[in-house]
Amino acid sequence: MDRPAAAAAAGGEGGGGLGPGPAGGRRPPRVVGAPAAGSRQPSVETLDRRREGWAADAGLDPWSRQGLWDRLVELSHGILGVQIGAVWAGETKLGAPRLQLPFPGLAQGTGTFSLWGGRIGKFNSGVPIHAEVFNNNNKNNNKVEIQEEHKGYPSEAEADQALRDGNKLAQMEEAPLFPGESIKAIVKDVMYICPFVGAVSGTLTVTDFKMYFKNVERDPHFILDVPLGVISRVEKIGVQSHGDNSCGIEIMCKDMRNLRLAYKQEEQSKLGIFENLNKHAFPLSNGQTLFAFNYKEKFPVNGWKIYDPVSEYKRQGLPNESWKISKVNSNYELCDTYPAIIVVPTSVKDDDLSKVAAFRAKGRIPVLSWIHPESQATITRCSQPLVGPNDKRCKEDEKYLQTIMDANAQAHKLIIFDARQNKVASTNKAKGGGYESETAYPNAELVFLEIHNIHVMRESLRKLKEIAYPAIEEARWLSNVDGTHWLEYIRMLLAGAVRIADKIESGKTSVVVHCSDGWDRTSQLTSLAMLMLDSYYRTIKGFEALIEKEWISFGHRFALRVGHGSDHHADADRSPIFLQFIDCVWQMTRQFPSAFEFNELFLITILDHLYSCLFGTFLCNCEQQRLKEDVYTKTISLWSYVNSQLDEFSNPFFVNYENHVLYPVTSLSHLELWTPIHQNLKELLAVRAELQKRVEDLQREVAARASASSERGSSPSHSVTPVHTSV
Amino acid sequence: MLGKGVVGGGGGTKAPKPSFVSYVRPEEIHTNEKEVTEKEVTLHLLPGEQLLCEASTVLKCVQEDSCQRGIYGRLVCTDFKIAFLGDDESALDNDETQFKNKVIGENDITLHCVDQIYGVFDEKKKTLFGQLKKYPEKLIIHCKDLRVFHFCLRYTKEEEVKRIVSGIIHHTQAPKLLKRLFLFSYATAAQNHTATDPKNHAVMFDTLQDWCWELERTKGNMKYKAVSVNEGYKVCERLPAYFVVPTPLPEEDVPRFHGHGIPIWCWSCHSGCALLKMSALPKEQDDGVLQIQKNFLDGIYKTIHRPPYEIVKTEDLSSNFLSLQEIQTAYSKFKQLFLIDNSTEFWDTDIKWFSLLESSSWLDIIRRCLKKAIEIIECLEAQNMNVLLLEENASDLCCLVSSLVQVMMDPHCRTRFGFQSLVQKEWIMGGHCFLDRCNHLRQSDKEEHQRQLSLPLTQSKSSPKRGFFREETDHLIKNLLGKRISKLINSSEELQDNFREFYDSWRSKPPNYHGLLLPHIEGPEIKVWAQRYLRWIPEAQILGGGRVATLSKLLETMEEVQRLQEKIEERHHSQEALQAEAALLLRTSARLSSLFPFALLQRHSSKPVLPTSGWKALGDEEDLAKREDEFVDLGDV
Repeated sequence: MDRPAAAAAAGGEGGGGLGPGPAGGRRPPRVVGAPAAGSRQPSVETLDRRREGWAADAGLDPWSRQGLWDRLVELSHGILGVQIGAVWAGETKLGAPRLQLPFPGLAQGTGTFSLWGGRIGKFNSGVPIHAEVFNNNNKNNNKVEIQEEHKGYPSEAEADQALRDGNKLAQMEEAPLFPGESIKAIVKDVMYICPFVGAVSGTLTVTDFKMYFKNVERDPHFILDVPLGVISRVEKIGVQSHGDNSCGIEIMCKDMRNLRLAYKQEEQSKLGIFENLNKHAFPLSNGQTLFAFNYKEKFPVNGWKIYDPVSEYKRQGLPNESWKISKVNSNYELCDTYPAIIVVPTSVKDDDLSKVAAFRAKGRIPVLSWIHPESQATITRCSQPLVGPNDKRCKEDEKYLQTIMDANAQAHKLIIFDARQNKVASTNKAKGGGYESETAYPNAELVFLEIHNIHVMRESLRKLKEIAYPAIEEARWLSNVDGTHWLEYIRMLLAGAVRIADKIESGKTSVVVHCSDGWDRTSQLTSLAMLMLDSYYRTIKGFEALIEKEWISFGHRFALRVGHGSDHHADADRSPIFLQFIDCVWQMTRQFPSAFEFNELFLITILDHLYSCLFGTFLCNCEQQRLKEDVYTKTISLWSYVNSQLDEFSNPFFVNYENHVLYPVTSLSHLELWTPIHQNLKELLAVRAELQKRVEDLQREVAARASASSERGSSPSHSVTPVHTSV
Repeated sequence: MLGKGVVGGGGGTKAPKPSFVSYVRPEEIHTNEKEVTEKEVTLHLLPGEQLLCEASTVLKCVQEDSCQRGIYGRLVCTDFKIAFLGDDESALDNDETQFKNKVIGENDITLHCVDQIYGVFDEKKKTLFGQLKKYPEKLIIHCKDLRVFHFCLRYTKEEEVKRIVSGIIHHTQAPKLLKRLFLFSYATAAQNHTATDPKNHAVMFDTLQDWCWELERTKGNMKYKAVSVNEGYKVCERLPAYFVVPTPLPEEDVPRFHGHGIPIWCWSCHSGCALLKMSALPKEQDDGVLQIQKNFLDGIYKTIHRPPYEIVKTEDLSSNFLSLQEIQTAYSKFKQLFLIDNSTEFWDTDIKWFSLLESSSWLDIIRRCLKKAIEIIECLEAQNMNVLLLEENASDLCCLVSSLVQVMMDPHCRTRFGFQSLVQKEWIMGGHCFLDRCNHLRQSDKEEHQRQLSLPLTQSKSSPKRGFFREETDHLIKNLLGKRISKLINSSEELQDNFREFYDSWRSKPPNYHGLLLPHIEGPEIKVWAQRYLRWIPEAQILGGGRVATLSKLLETMEEVQRLQEKIEERHHSQEALQAEAALLLRTSARLSSLFPFALLQRHSSKPVLPTSGWKALGDEEDLAKREDEFVDLGDV
């Protein structure tokens, strides 16, 4: 009783197996059957236990009115604590394809340890029974696959099988698999050198999706589960004094972890951990496909359908007399990095659009992102004008911006936010780029937001990793944080977005946002400003639409910035731009804990799968490329997974302030490094489950009575108004 | 122009909202408010309070969004407070007057709350003290509660300026006799107040009985006894009249060194181990005296080392812990971060926020206090040892550490009355020198004794919800008292293995808010208590943000659950729905700020506050900044 209870309350999301058998691994991302109930059960149990304890202490019946009230008050205080992040509840259920933990991946792999020092996966999670079943089935599948895989190499396959059969331990330490996933190597007696607990020895499994390390001798089982997509590079290192483990590798991850493994030389030469990792972690560099194309999970919801540009623009009240939904780019000929469907001023002819496209970097003409429902002030986005050293002008472009201004009757000027630093924008002129001059655009006011480029951001994240992983230098923590500039850049982005939102909301003035190419800082700024202005984007589906629209469809170069499947770890095109955006959103959720429908787990899950390559959502660089690669038909959308279990990602304290503009305070004293808060999450979840169960019971009871009474009497028999609980 | 009214450039005519300090129910306010709005604002005097001097046509400046506005009014000084009487209060709007301080108004500064007074002469800010030759155009008052007031005297008659400025300086800076403190005249004038229900108030520890109860409550009465040897303060003035010592200790030992060298009981934990404190014996040069002292202490230690007593661990706080000077220095630096004159200053501070915060060392001090308490708890809880705190007078760090230990270990101390009793027991009866540490009598020669000692205690409990203290408020402390401690932090020498083991095993269990609660003490976990420190800074408020909305959502859910339950109980089947009478807060939460209810909305516009400070230099990243961000393809042109 004690064990599972504690597990549910404190368990991390990958703590280890519950008892023998392979069930301890990850649960499949999809929850088949009655998942929620299954995984919640232990929580409720915990609660019962805690409740009893509490009741004994207080001498109260926990379910008496007073008892319940006190519990709720207690809950409220717990939740409203300094760690207000606790509000961002969400179930970190075992194994959902939660591949690693938060921050900016600061934490770690299986959730076995938290960056901030404490171990979080100390207990086994409450593993739902169906997971076990699933895994068993799955294992059989694997065997089949393996045999297929080794066809033609019978001796090797036999040896492999022999190894498996002959080694019970290795079997127990084998990895659970996703549908479509196949094992590439199993190596026993590998040593993982954990920065937190020291060396752990166990079995390492490399599949085409993940590396999975497990030790069942420890209690709880020790599991390290890292999707290969998160790996930035793998290097051989010298290993001393780990017995006969003479060979070592270090794995640098995009989520800021460094993992070290040691193993015997002969094992290495036979099974090739290093080669296998290198081959499968960087499939594109090895002429293979990303795992997302092999992933065969079935979800009840199709995430590719959640964003439909026409209905999104319709929601915004478009088309209207000034703006039209145009298919001019349906063949991606006007601009190959833009979506097929764009919104442009009604009066501008397609010919002129081409001329404007020729004057804007990469043909990224100003297009509408958002329109204010009342003032008609708009946010339009584009790339820099190709002014060049000779101050070239383009009268179609000038007229185009004038048209954008005229579409809003409320203001007599247009504000152009250039995200770059003023001096960098000037330097760009020499290279053919530049910015809108006052002479050419007399009614426009140009504002530089002074945000640094992708290289500065990459460097900042590198420094952050240095100070935060694996150890924190406590005495100098604050100045170290200061030295990374990370929060300062977050502040600049938020402040820029606030300025944009304020111009739209209070100034009723239309704005144009661009940087150089209009796919990094521009996406950050427009999407943040839209999040501040439009409460729809603060719902789960709205936020998904926002990402699909401002990031994915408008050509943020995910493949290049993240470096999916490529071994070019030093590529200067890599940069944590999207991560920065999600961090800004997280900062907003901290400041407005009731304004967002989604919880922290939702944001973390998005980041996990930014790297994992399990889903197709963040693959490729633009819409055209995605079509060419059949991403929409051959991979699964992250939103299929998310929307199949919305409960997990919902903020129980969501209050929909419609039409309420949120201005975050952009002071460093209000920004925080995003650190995991699992413990609180667990507690909150437990309490939520308790509350939920109680309310459901009550509802059932009331419904039963109502129907009983309707049988007797004649009142209509629909049940009581559903109680809007924290679900 | 000379009349009272709102002037200035903000364009808005809305007056500032009241700021507030504690809680009064709305219905109580409405009556008061009517009186207030009756035309001119009258000075509200407490019983026994006297008006000393005043000046009219003073302009109180409101710093907001970098535009300056002001309200004309009367500035007065009484023997209790400085007050500004503007006519803005009529503009109070209902939502925001739900909570209001009964005693100290928005524009009241009690004399003892004044920290520094500055005068502005030709745009230059100077500290004011003593006799002035020249009178300033503007008076800036920094308060100990971190409020900052600007009073412009440019439109005030010269005579009145002289009177009010010198009055304020005199009454806030001149040394005072204890008997002249306002509370004495107040107590004489307003005598009728006595505690009502004896069950529902804090234990004062001023009777032998109170100590006996405490011994009984903690089951310490087996090994410890309450003594009345100091009745009438015959033995020692610093010690309370009644206190608790080990049962076998001969009472005649107490007077030997005026109470020094006597182990005094603070608290017993469930295992029977006790937390004791002892003021050190005076330092002596003379060998003979030293020998006597040694013999005396040997006797004492023999008493408390013998069964039934557990092994005693002595924790010398004078030598192995923070010094009072360190705490004082850190706090002086720390508070400067929040004494902000205007928006520009706020943003200038903000850009250097983390470095300034770190260099103040305040958070580090908080962490060390918490850590010390955890170390002591480990001895009591895991090693079954008694802990004896040793300090020169056992009245500074002893109070701090001992009360922290009790808050973490004893759920009773986390209730409202329990906490009050704890403060009474450890700080008031514990002989903490509030008068000296706060320098209430303003004896400049004692300046070095001013320490902000009790502040670490409140910060350590840095829960902003003190106002919501309920009968069971364990969870409050949970904010800081979490569960994890890093294996990585802390120089490993300092913390023994068993300490870590203790901590690890503790945090691996589900937290029990009604039992032991230990704080997170990792660097990132110790945070600035925003509700207290940023409370008066308009720029730091998040409009529509903070916990109010979450709280109201929770209240709403609670109400729904309750209503459902009522429905079931009443067997009430009508379908007339559970329409949520959304809590009042919920409806207004979008308009409240993150500082609610500790400071009401101070910003008048809903416009965002934007940083005004420049960006910091990049240093070694300058090269990267110059690098081409994205490739500009000229080929297309």
